[in-house]
Amino acid sequence: MRPILILVLTAMLAACAGASREQSPAGVEERSPGAAGAGGAQSQAVQGAGVSGTALGGQQAGGLSPLKDPNNILSKRSIYYDFDKYDVKDEYKPIIEAHAKYLREHPEAKMLIQGNTDERGSREYNVALGQRRADGVKNMLKLLGVRDDQVEAVSLGEEKPKAQGHDEEAYAQNRRCDMLYQGEY
Amino acid sequence: MSRSLSFGGDKRRVMVVRYNRPSPIATFVSMQKRSCRLIPFLASLFAAFVLLAAPLARAQLSIEITGAGANRIPIAIVPFAGEAALPPGVTSIVRADLERSGLFRGIEVPTLIPHPTEASTVDYAEWRARLADALVLGSVAARPDGRFEVRFRLYDVVKQTSLGGVAYTLAKDQVRATAHRISDYVYEKLTGQRGVFSTRIAYVVKRGNRYELQIADADGADEEPALASFEPIISPAWSPDGKRLAYVSFENKKPVVYVHSLINGKRRVVANFKGSNSAPAWSPDGSKLAVSLSKDGGSQLFLINPDGSGVQRLTNSGAIDTEPRFSPDGQWIYFTSDRGGSPQIYRMPAAGGPAQRITFNGNYNVSPRISPDGKSLAYIARSDGKFQVTLLDLDSQQTQVLTDSDRDESPSFAPNGRMILYATIVGGRGILSAVSVDGAVRQRLTVTDGDVREPAWGPFQQ
Repeated sequence: MRPILILVLTAMLAACAGASREQSPAGVEERSPGAAGAGGAQSQAVQGAGVSGTALGGQQAGGLSPLKDPNNILSKRSIYYDFDKYDVKDEYKPIIEAHAKYLREHPEAKMLIQGNTDERGSREYNVALGQRRADGVKNMLKLLGVRDDQVEAVSLGEEKPKAQGHDEEAYAQNRRCDMLYQGEY
Repeated sequence: MSRSLSFGGDKRRVMVVRYNRPSPIATFVSMQKRSCRLIPFLASLFAAFVLLAAPLARAQLSIEITGAGANRIPIAIVPFAGEAALPPGVTSIVRADLERSGLFRGIEVPTLIPHPTEASTVDYAEWRARLADALVLGSVAARPDGRFEVRFRLYDVVKQTSLGGVAYTLAKDQVRATAHRISDYVYEKLTGQRGVFSTRIAYVVKRGNRYELQIADADGADEEPALASFEPIISPAWSPDGKRLAYVSFENKKPVVYVHSLINGKRRVVANFKGSNSAPAWSPDGSKLAVSLSKDGGSQLFLINPDGSGVQRLTNSGAIDTEPRFSPDGQWIYFTSDRGGSPQIYRMPAAGGPAQRITFNGNYNVSPRISPDGKSLAYIARSDGKFQVTLLDLDSQQTQVLTDSDRDESPSFAPNGRMILYATIVGGRGILSAVSVDGAVRQRLTVTDGDVREPAWGPFQQ
C-alpha cells in the first residue's frame, strides 16, 4: 500500500510543482526541477532508514515521547523551501511520511502547520505565500491517509522570522513550514 | 479625553485599549467636549498586563519634511491675541500644519503694536511689502464658563479681500483640534482642496517582541494605542465613518480578522475560519468587508459582513487572490493575484464576475490602493530589486515611481488624494514616509525607538 501512496504523492507533486512568487534578484538562484521521478524512489529508501524501531510504534513506557526524541525522525518538524518554490524537496519527504504515519496511528492527534516566508515583498502577499506552502504539506499528509480534520494549515507570512538577518542565509531559514502538535502552539 | 484599559475577553496575549478621544469640533461655531464614559476593568492583573501596560507611554511620531512643492504660497499667520492662554499656541500648530503640506511657506511676523486681530482693519500694503500672499489674523478669549473662544479671519492680500473666518468654542484640551480645523479652512480656501489636518492615521509599532496598533493625528501628535500584543498585527483598515478599524492579529497563532470599535474599545472576530484569514477592506458604505480566506483551499477573496455573518465567495481562481480594495464608487474590487504566473493587480466587479488585469510592467506588482477620486492606482512595484510606491493613471496608463527608497510597503492615500503614506526601511529601521502624488512633497515620520509599519490614513472627520 505504501509504495502506491508514494507514487500518487509523487504524481501530485509533479503536477502542482511550480513557481511561487517569492521574489529575489533574477538569476541568483538556480531553479530546481520538480519533485518527480527520483523523489519517489528516494522517499522509499529514506523512509526505511527513518524508522528507528522504537518510536514509530507508539508511546514507550517511561521513555521520551517519539515526537520529542531527538533520535526519532518525528522530532524533525521543519520543511525548508527553495527560493520561489513551494514544493517539498525530496530530503523532507521522509519527515512528512513519518508524521503521516504517526497521525494515522494516533487518530486523536492534531497538527498545526505554519507556513512562513522571507521578508521581501508585501506582507499580505506573503501571508498567502506561506499559506500555499502550508497547504502543500497538508495535502501531502492527506494523500498519505491523514484525516482532514487532524491538520490545520495556516500562514504566518513574513511576520515571525526564525532568523532575524536580512541576507540570503536568514531568508533561507525563514522560507519554512513548521509542524506542531496540539499543546505545542 | 479618557483612556482606559481592558482585556478583550479571553486573549491572554493582547490588551485592548479603549480609545475615546473626544471628536474634534463638531461645527464651525462651537465645540463641545464629549462626555466620556468609563468602562470597568474586567481583568485581573497578570504578567501580560504589566508587560504590556507599562511601556504604553507616549512615544509619538516626529515628522521631518524632506521635500516641498516648487511654488509655495507665502502666508503670514500672526500669533492670535491672547493665545498664550491656550498652550502650545494655536498659530504655531497652524503654521506647522500648512508648511508640512509642502504647499505653504510661513512668513516671519514681527511683534506688531497694536496687535492686529480679526476685528482689525487690514493694512494690505504693509502685508504686500512683507511678501505675503495670504494673511491670518485672530484672537483668543476666555469665556465665563471656563471655555475659550477662538476667532480668526483669512485674507487674500493680493486681491485685498477677506476670504472668511470662523469662531470656535473649545475646552482647553482642544487646542490642537481647533488649530487643525483652522488649517483645514485655510488650506481649502487657498488650494480648492479639502485639508486633511484633522484626520487621523493608524499604524503598527514593533518594539522587541511587542506590537502596538496606534492611532495618531495626521501630524503624528496625540498618539494613542488601540491594541497591544505579543503577536504581530497587520493590515489596519479604517471603516468609512472612521469609527472602527479592521485588522489582522496573530494572537491566536494564525491570522484572524477583527473589527475594533474606536468608540468603546470593543472588538469582534470577523473571520476566524480554518486556515488563514487576512487582508480586510471596507466597502465604501461600510456594510461589507472583502477578505482573503484560505478556508476552502488557496487564498481566495470573500465578502463578509462586519459582524462575521454572510460569507460569500468572490473568486475561484486556484491561484493566490489577496489584498482586495473597493473602488470609491463601490463598483469594483482591485486585488493582487498570481493567476497569470506572477503577482499582478487585477480588478473584478464587486458583485462578482470576470477579472481583468490592470498592471503589465514588471513581474511583481502588489498592494493596490485606488485614489479617492477613483482615477489613479497606487501600488508597490518591484524593479531592479527595489520595491517602490508607484502611481498609475488609469486613463492614460502612465506610471510614475514616486519614491527613491527600495523597501516600500502598504501605501495609503490621504482622504483628499494629495499625499500617499507608506512604510519603508531607512537605516535598517521601519519608518513611515509620505509623498505627494506628484512626487514633490516628502515627509518622514519616525518614532524614537522601534519599527513603524502598516500605515492607514483615516477618512475625513464627519
